[in-house]
Amino acid sequence: MATEAHEDQAEIRGIGHSVKRKEDARFIRGKGNYIDDIHLPGMLYMAILRSPFAHAKLNGIDASRAQAVPGVVAVVTGELMAQHNLAWMPTMSGDTQAVLVTDKVRFQGQEVAAVIAEDPYVAKDAVELIDVDYDALDVVVSPQQALASDAPVIRDEKDGQTDNHIYHWESGDADATDRAFADADRVVSLDTFYPRSHPAPLETCGCIADVDGATGQATIYMTSQAPHAIRTVFALVAGLPEENIRIVSPDLGGGFGNKVPVYPGYVVATAASLLLGRPVKWIEDRSENLISTGFARDFHMHGELALKNDGTMLGLRTSLLADEGAFHADAQPSKFKVGLFHVVTGSYDMSAAHVVADGYYTNKAPGGVAYRCSFRVTEASYLIERLVQNAAYELGMDPADLRKKNFIRKDQFPYETPTGFVYDSGDYHGAMDLALEKIGYAELREEQERKRAEGKLWGIGLASFTEAVGAGPHKDYDILGLKMNDGAELRIHPTGKGILKISSKTQGQGHETTFAQIVAEEIGIQPEDIKVQHGDTDNTPYGLGTYASRSTPTVGAATAMVSRRVIEKARKIAAHLLEVAEEDVEFTRPTFSVRGAPDKAVTIQDVAFAAYTNFPDGMESGLEAAYYYDPPNLTFPFGTYAVAVEVDRETGVWQVTRMVAVDDCGVRINPMIVEGQIHGGLTEGYGIAAMEQITFDETGNCIGSNFIDYLLPTAVETPRFELGETVTPSPHHPIGAKGVGESATVGSPAAYVNAVIDALWPLGVRNIDMPLTSAKVWEAIEAAKAPA
Amino acid sequence: MLPSRFDYHRASSVEEALSLLDDYGEDAKVLAGGQSLIPLMKLRFVSPGHLIDIDPIPGLDGIEEREGSLALGALVRHNQLASSEIITNGYPTLAAAAPQIADPIVRNLGTIGGSLAHADPAGDLGSVMLSMGANVVLRSSSGERVVPIGEFLVDTFTTSITPNELLTEIRIPTPPPRSGGSYLKLERKVGDFATVAVAVTLSLQDGTVGSAGIALTGVGLKNIEAAEAAASLHGTAPTDEAFAEAGRLAAAASNPVTDVRGTDTYKRHMVEVYTRRGLATASAMAAG
Repeated sequence: MATEAHEDQAEIRGIGHSVKRKEDARFIRGKGNYIDDIHLPGMLYMAILRSPFAHAKLNGIDASRAQAVPGVVAVVTGELMAQHNLAWMPTMSGDTQAVLVTDKVRFQGQEVAAVIAEDPYVAKDAVELIDVDYDALDVVVSPQQALASDAPVIRDEKDGQTDNHIYHWESGDADATDRAFADADRVVSLDTFYPRSHPAPLETCGCIADVDGATGQATIYMTSQAPHAIRTVFALVAGLPEENIRIVSPDLGGGFGNKVPVYPGYVVATAASLLLGRPVKWIEDRSENLISTGFARDFHMHGELALKNDGTMLGLRTSLLADEGAFHADAQPSKFKVGLFHVVTGSYDMSAAHVVADGYYTNKAPGGVAYRCSFRVTEASYLIERLVQNAAYELGMDPADLRKKNFIRKDQFPYETPTGFVYDSGDYHGAMDLALEKIGYAELREEQERKRAEGKLWGIGLASFTEAVGAGPHKDYDILGLKMNDGAELRIHPTGKGILKISSKTQGQGHETTFAQIVAEEIGIQPEDIKVQHGDTDNTPYGLGTYASRSTPTVGAATAMVSRRVIEKARKIAAHLLEVAEEDVEFTRPTFSVRGAPDKAVTIQDVAFAAYTNFPDGMESGLEAAYYYDPPNLTFPFGTYAVAVEVDRETGVWQVTRMVAVDDCGVRINPMIVEGQIHGGLTEGYGIAAMEQITFDETGNCIGSNFIDYLLPTAVETPRFELGETVTPSPHHPIGAKGVGESATVGSPAAYVNAVIDALWPLGVRNIDMPLTSAKVWEAIEAAKAPA
Repeated sequence: MLPSRFDYHRASSVEEALSLLDDYGEDAKVLAGGQSLIPLMKLRFVSPGHLIDIDPIPGLDGIEEREGSLALGALVRHNQLASSEIITNGYPTLAAAAPQIADPIVRNLGTIGGSLAHADPAGDLGSVMLSMGANVVLRSSSGERVVPIGEFLVDTFTTSITPNELLTEIRIPTPPPRSGGSYLKLERKVGDFATVAVAVTLSLQDGTVGSAGIALTGVGLKNIEAAEAAASLHGTAPTDEAFAEAGRLAAAASNPVTDVRGTDTYKRHMVEVYTRRGLATASAMAAG
């Protein structure tokens, strides 16, 4: 049944094609299937009572008034959870976290009790009728307070815990760094605070737990970026047999790291469903999401950069105070206490670096999730890029020149950093040169001189970030012991269409399109003919999920590799159809042809049909394969961002006049989706630089519990972005791709802040901590004016 | 974000609304555009037993000049202000403020009567009305009274309206020829409450300032009329020095508190800057 190869075949829309997103057909029609769209027969609704105090002893709970409300089915307390050994649960950092309070509350908004009712309004009404007897305790709202010798001990329930210290962690070589500093002509230092922010996905978290008492089957619909890991954690925590647990993560309205952890609400809803034998739905409201779920950052950072007078960087020292909240719940690989912060030497070639970090408990919500970044890389990138900019001014050098002088050169890759990363590839000068050219750097500097002469404040800021994404190689990367490897399964149907099942979970990244394009690239079936399935643990291969820009580095690689496995078998079938030896078959997608006789050919579609109808004796039928990918290394996307701002000296109001972002994420699978990802990240980076922050008053009240207090930028505030790209393929990734979803959030905050500081440097302003509100900018100008 | 239980009443005429207010006034809230009330109910900061929806009442959304005043129906939406030729031609302070109120969604649904009756000290319209010397018309089943806006706005979220009264109309004196106006607002993002805003209305007569009104948003327990600052301008030449002095007096009239939007010092400073800048803008406009 060999057919002639079609000469006019449509171009395969594989890598490099801006294919429109397959998922958008349902999203733009309002036909997405989000957690709150799911309704099960007999479903109950849960509402959570949260603590008004940041730190208070729990004397007792009287739920009798709530229980008496018609429609209330049950009130769940910590005492009840404790009877089932579920009052505490493990965090992703191996600490414990209270599910419902049994002894004392440790942050405002902590889960105290839950009402299960026939109606969500009734549940909410009844929550207000639960009477709780608290004794308020002294609170700790910063790591500086936490380390004081007389600070109240927040985690006094832990054996051997006599203070608020959680961990001490070091990376790099202290002695070598001391020697580098001894050789320095100049040391530039910076103290800066990366404020507590929140990923704030527009869809809040929620779940529907449906435990069937008869079969023991637990189906849990959950807003999760990592459904497989959650299933295993549930098996370990609740003691449920893992084969009976099915986690279904439906369409997600954003995640940004916020939907990685297990939250108490999930555990309580599951326990309630188990006890009541009915499905229980729990949907967080906005305030609950902002005050209790995974925050990000909250790092107090000190950095020192050692330089020669000619600008040569010799070494870097950093020390960190991490505010972890009441439970240490950082999302990070087990081996790395402060994530991958030790990538802090960034894009620069220096011989020594040393990182010291200490984490502390405070009376604040737990979290430390990687908000659209790879495990604390954002904080590291911010620190080095701010330091380098200030160092340039102190040396009297242009910040672009100082960077270029110290960039790791293209010919130095693979490059081992002083803290042990091996950067796979890079061309930092190329990205920088393009960014400077696009923004017209030299002309802007001249314009700046003229404006300064007129008394105006103009600034130009740069940031040249290096990301470390795609965790990761099994020898180094695990979470709670689970290796961070991911899988893909590809099955081609008889009619030449297929299904790709992946372990990662899209939250807006466009996996259903991008991963189909990888298959298209490899085997020649168009992306619209490949259905991508994800998010349901019963129907997808195991993996640790989507965060830290890891899907393309891990699952993208697995998808390419599984496609190649399918082609291996397809080649055997093609040889059978073409009646030649396998080694005489050439594959130029989508066509298998006979070497030397290109007219004798079959397509992948022909082969697919034959795999079920006409396959060689002794061969298994079907055309499918599975692959689990263990990355040999992380990938290291990079880029240079350039921002121009104008600052109103009298009011502190600043505006971005230009924003150029040059990204190098290796091979771009779908350029349109990549650019969309960069736009989103630049917007979030702007939000963090300009307005996003969760603060607490001295009694631990959370300021930032709604979108009036926690500000997200709208289209009006967001600068206009001008994008550029260079392409340096990853040498170890099967298709040369690197992660990109988070580059812009990581790289851009420093660029915005550097631009404002560039404007204000002649006035004597050296630093302003984010967010750069007009009030803070004005105060910095005023403080610089005041006599020292 | 689920509100407490409430009963909903739909009024199809002012008389029906007033009758409902007589029945439920103490435990009722009037629902117009719902852009402040509904969020407060969803946060359970307020839990009225009854909502009286006046949105269906016909004839409360008029914009017309009548007897030397602009009469605005209580149900006029913010976006109607911005698109009204009467307003853009003759009421520059209102025209300047209208597109800065909240965000497009709020402007499409929110009403001017609802905004004023809500009496949020960070509300924009209170200051606009103070600077223009507006009056509000309050009706009850027993009659009608006309109250100067300065007496209507009593305190944070508090007005002089009684539980059985309905705000039906706002009347703004038509400014004399050679008038100008400005509304300068500092907000952290679109839709945020003002950190500081300053409304300025000014007219010129024979080369000097004839009348002036200055009012401040977000820097006190209610919208503040900076009367001394305005008075300092009467009969003076519209100079930078005069505007700077008015700015200092306006700052002295403000009473801001330190919060996430900024320190009291910063806010007072911004009142001074925006008063000065607003006066310069309004004066240039009046000089035409």
